[in-house]
This record gives sequence, structure tokens and C-alpha cells, in this order.
Amino acid sequence: MVERYVMAVDQGTTSTRCILFDHGGRLVSVTQREHRQHFPRPGWVEHDAMEIWHNLERIAPDAVAQAGATTEQVAALGIANQRETTLLWDRHTGRPIGRAIVWQDTRTDRMVEEFAARPGCEIVLERCGLPLATYFSAPRIRWLLDRTPGLRERAERGDVIFGTMESWLIWNLTGGPQGGLHVTDVTNASRTLLMDLTTLDWDDELLDFFGVPRAMLPRIRPSTQTYGPARRVLPGVRIAAALGDQQAALFGQTCFAPGEAKCTYGTGAFLLLNTGTEPVRSAHGLLTTVGYQIGDTPAVYALEGSIAITGALVQWFRDGLGLITSAPEIETLARTVEDNGGSYIVPAFSGLFTPYWRSEARGIIIGLTSYVTKGHLARAVLEATGWQTREVVDAMNADSGLALKALKVDGGMTADNLLMQFIADVLNVPVIRPMAAETVSLGAAYAAGLAVGYWPDLEGLRRNWHRAAQWIPAMDPDRRAEEYNNWRRAVERTFDWIRPDQSGS
Amino acid sequence: MLRAMPGSVQSIERAAAILRLLAGGSGRLGVSEIAGSLGLARGTAHGILRTLVGVGFVEQDEETGKYRLGAALLHLGTSYLDVNELRSRAINWADALAARSGEAVRIGTPLDGSVLVVHHVFRPDDTLQTLDVGALLPAHATALGKVLLAYDAGAVAALNGTLEPFTRRTTTHPRELARALADVRDLGWAEEVEEMTVGEAGIAAPIRGQGGLVVGAMGVSGAVERICDPGGRPKKTLVTVVRDAARAVSRDLGASRW
Repeated sequence: MVERYVMAVDQGTTSTRCILFDHGGRLVSVTQREHRQHFPRPGWVEHDAMEIWHNLERIAPDAVAQAGATTEQVAALGIANQRETTLLWDRHTGRPIGRAIVWQDTRTDRMVEEFAARPGCEIVLERCGLPLATYFSAPRIRWLLDRTPGLRERAERGDVIFGTMESWLIWNLTGGPQGGLHVTDVTNASRTLLMDLTTLDWDDELLDFFGVPRAMLPRIRPSTQTYGPARRVLPGVRIAAALGDQQAALFGQTCFAPGEAKCTYGTGAFLLLNTGTEPVRSAHGLLTTVGYQIGDTPAVYALEGSIAITGALVQWFRDGLGLITSAPEIETLARTVEDNGGSYIVPAFSGLFTPYWRSEARGIIIGLTSYVTKGHLARAVLEATGWQTREVVDAMNADSGLALKALKVDGGMTADNLLMQFIADVLNVPVIRPMAAETVSLGAAYAAGLAVGYWPDLEGLRRNWHRAAQWIPAMDPDRRAEEYNNWRRAVERTFDWIRPDQSGS
Repeated sequence: MLRAMPGSVQSIERAAAILRLLAGGSGRLGVSEIAGSLGLARGTAHGILRTLVGVGFVEQDEETGKYRLGAALLHLGTSYLDVNELRSRAINWADALAARSGEAVRIGTPLDGSVLVVHHVFRPDDTLQTLDVGALLPAHATALGKVLLAYDAGAVAALNGTLEPFTRRTTTHPRELARALADVRDLGWAEEVEEMTVGEAGIAAPIRGQGGLVVGAMGVSGAVERICDPGGRPKKTLVTVVRDAARAVSRDLGASRW
């Protein structure tokens, strides 16, 4: 019998990857291409959507070839994507309207403040479970519509359409200007500020509030459902799932029961807790979001703690400061010293997310003395990820009334043993890495495979989960308390840096 | 004009001259400046520069197209590949190997005549296991160590007759070890059967970087009855998955021929 595979496409912030998985959820082949990060002004982050599409055109067939397989052996394709990144494009030509505005971009900060001052703005949190912040898509759509004359009219006619990256890729894969499907999945839609969390449909009052025409929006579909066959790149392969990357990781970690949580460490870090089929409201700065929806079954919700900058701080240390030549070397450099030497780095590059939601905060390095070396700063870089995780876990424990007993982790930074040990130390719970560090891709593959019957049910997927590594807390409680206190004092000093009249700089 | 010494390889001499040139002065030169300085045809200089870029000794600036010394040159004396980077590049394939073999996976690099465990994946049966990254293993008594010794003449010399016995099956005689290492080179993989711990066995294969240089070893280990067939030899299917995984990592590290 010919072996069949499921392909996952992980369209991430820094790269696009294609991975083929077999029935055991094991990696068969991987291809990857990075795309350029455009920073045209301070606080602005953009991607060229055409570059991303061309990357996929190239790496998807490569992944099939690397496995020694043919397109016919790909049972289904699932997409996981960077969330909230906002793109408008022309339905007739397939050309993007400018570059995609990336989730880290803070250009809408003044607009968001204006929205927050308007009467009736409380419906935003009420309907979509998200605070008004630059992080989400709707203000970006509005910014683009306001900026280009005539664009709004074209959007109202449905000639110019909106999508996050999964919409863009599905539209292109299913034919682009020649009848491409304009759809989004419910988890991505839940991050726009335009969807009602309970009806799972675009909300007219929210559309009205943000001034976004309905005609430009994609159809909202379940995360797991056959959307249609690809007509380009991998002709005939069924596109059967799409999820925001963090929701995909929740799925890949098989957190299918209420109370199960995971944290993914990539450019940013995102802790998601499955809360079952009812949305739970947070009193501590967590987001209420859709976890996944399998076919026509009720959606499963999640509480999310979002950290904007974790791996991105290591990248900045590498590219911005040039103190290391590759990201993993941060561990080598950090191990040249015993501690942070009294230094702390708070990477509020685009404000602070959970639990603060301060768009006006900016990053600092504090505690500098002539004693501090690049090794100490490397420690401070890794510790920033640890303490930010601690703040999110504290918020999660307060909201759920339960204490987290262990943290399931995944993502590229889990290869850093020093960091994983530090997280275990500051959380004072074991940190567990599953056997597939690529849980974002695995989640997309699982969801797609489930839709086409490649995997029969959730229990079958659970049996594929195994522990690959575990770090046990070993930090002295007094030291933990003192360091946490120092960290919090450092965070306070990042507040109120950007004043409204110097917005965006 | 460069003049070749008798019996020397001209292109290597030219490459060395280019490196000396880049190490001096402003440190950033275009291909025409380099060709001009050394009296080489532009195409010749370009070909050598491409090769030097390929091995990381020279880098090309994306914006200006100028060349400068590469980071790999600065690390020549220390380690060819940062061990944390090796783990990061190998982690997916190590996971896949653990899933396929059902056994614990370790990646080792040489350190002062021993094997430094730089990565460890638990056996996928969800039993209690402890991470042993950072631990040192004896090179002569482990499959990982034998791979590292087999491809590094200097490391064997460093052992120098001090082969400590751990079990009665440990290879303690230098000549016996040399024979075993020759076998490893012939076969492309190494085994350990109750040489370190009674009841335990292991299989390992080399991880190669650019140019085929062995930068580490990757292998599985576990109970002898699971690793070996009834005849006491490592199971062929396990050997295949170990070698495939090590090759996949090597490919990712730029070792094209393996």
C-alpha cells in the first residue's frame, strides 16, 4: 500500500514552512523559506504577501519531493498562520494593496485611542472578548481604507478584499483571481475585533463601529472542514483546515479537555488554556478567544496570555546588536556567566501585552553597571521570557482559580535548555516538552487529517503525544521572590514612554 | 602576481591570499578590487570567493555586494559548530527518531576525550526519565563515543591507553578499539552492546557538517532485548532509522553528499 501523508503549512512571522507528517504524527520532510521583515518606520512592521505566496509555491512541492512522494500521496493540507497580520488585495488582479501589516505593528495606536474614547466602545470587549489594542486586525483595515483614496468604495463593492494570511494562501491555492475561495477560519476571525464570540459571525455593530464594509470580509468557516481542492501548486490536494498558529499549537499539544494548557515560544510567546464550549471572561488581562471548531460541532474556547516579544528579543540581540551570530548561541553566551549581573531587559518593543496591555510602553535595559558584560545581558534576554511567562501564568491562575501544575511547552526556543530550566524555576512547576516540538505544524496537520478521515478521532491523536523532555524547578524561593520583584520594578519603568502627541515614534 | 610554490595547490594559495587581503585594511572589498590587488582574472577571484562564502570563511554584504571575513573564521580555534545550534538544528529529527524507534535519543559532541550529551529526548513511553543534557559519557564504551572517535584521529590519541572497564564487555585494549573504530568507518555506524551498562545497548551514526566534517553523533539506546535481535546484534531496522535521522540532520547542516 502506498503511504499517505498530511501536509502542514506554517505561515509564520519570519518564515513559511511546509512539513509532511505520517500516520504516527511523525515528521517526514521539512522545507522552509524566510521572508523579509520590512520596518519602514519605528513601530511599523510589514511583510510582502507576494513574497510569502511565492515562497509557498516553491517549498510545498519541495516538501513532497523531499519525502520521495507524489502530490497524490498528500491526503490533505492544513494551514497554521501568524494571526492578526492584515492584508488587503484586489480580487480581480490578485495584487496586494501595499504590504501586509504585521501583528507587531503599532501604527494604529492613535486611532485605537480614539476608538477607545468613543461612546459604545465597550461592545468591543463584550462581543469579541478582546481589548481594544493595536494588536488586532480591525484598526489596521480601517487605517488602510482611510489612507488610500477610493479604496473604501472598492472595498464596499467587494473588489478589494481583506484577509489574514490563511485567507490569502487559501484564496491563491484555490485559484486566486480565477475563482479563489475567500474564506477564513473561526479562530483567525476571532482575532479581528469584528466577530461575535457567541454567534461566530461578523457583527454588524462592530463593523459599523470600526467602519469596515462587510463586502470585503471572507466567509467564516470551521477550523476543520474541507474548504475545497487546491487548483495551484498542489493540484487536487484537499485544503481541510486552517487555524491561527497558537490555536494550532493547542491542537497539536492535544489540549482537547478544559483545563489543559500549552505555551508556544516563538517570535512572541502565547499561553492558551482550553476552557471548553463556553467563553470565559478574564479579569486579569487575558484574551477570550476561539480555540478551534471541528466541522459543525460547537466551538471550543480558550483563554490566552500573549507575550509580544520573546524570540524576537534574541533576534534583536543577534541582528540589532550583533552580539551573537545565530539565535541558539544566546545559550552559549549566557552560560559564560552565573547570573544576570543585576541587569534586566524588558522588551516592550511594541508595548506590553498580557497582563498590562500598555501600547505606550517601550523597552528598557536597566541595572547597568560597569560590571555587566554581554554574557549578563544574554542572561537578561532569556530571563525576560521567563518572567513574562510568570506574569501570564499568575493571571491565568487568578482567572481560573486553579493553580497550574505543569506547563506544556513547544516552539523553537524549547531547544534552549537554560531557558526551559529558568522557566521551570520561576514558575515553580515542571516544564514539559512533547515529542513534537513542531506543534504548530502538527496541529494544522491533525486538524486537516481529522477533516478527511486520515485520523479517526481526537483520542487517536492523543495517543501520539509523548513526553520528550522535562525540566524540574530548582530555584531557591527567596531568590525567586527577589528576582521577580526586580523584574516588576523594571516593567514599571517602561510605562508612559510614548506620549499621545508623539505617537508612532 | 601570485607565484605558486612547487608542489602546492594554486587555488588554496589564492584563497589564502584573499583571506589575508580581507583581514587587512578596511576589511570590505569588492570582487574587482580583490582581483586587481592579486592580479587574478575577475572570474577566478569570483569563483574562489563563492567557495569561501560557501564554507563561511567569507561573507558578502547584501546591500553593497562587498566581501569581508566570515564569522566561521573567528571560531576556527574553538568549535566548528556551536553545540546549542547543533541541538536547535537537530531537535526535529531527534524527536522523529525517538518516535520511530521507540527509544531514547541522545546527541553527543566530543569534549576532552569524552562525549558531552548536548541533546536528549526521552523514550516515548511517558515513564519518569531525567534529562541528562550536559552529562559526560565515556567515549570508548558508548556508540556515540565510538562514532566521534572513529572520525577524529586526534581524539583517539588523547585516550592514550586509559580505557576504563565498565562491564566485562567494555573494549579496554587500544588495538581492539582501533579495530572497532575501523569497522565504524567501514559501516558508517557504531554499536554498543552491554559495554557501558549491563542490559543496555545503543546504536549511533555521525552527524556531518559542511564538507563532510563530523560535528557530532546521534543515536538511540535502551534495553538490550529491544535494541538487539535474538542473536545479540543491533536490529537492522533500528540501524536504518538511526542512520536516516543522522543523515537528515547532516543534510540540514549543509553536508550534501551524505
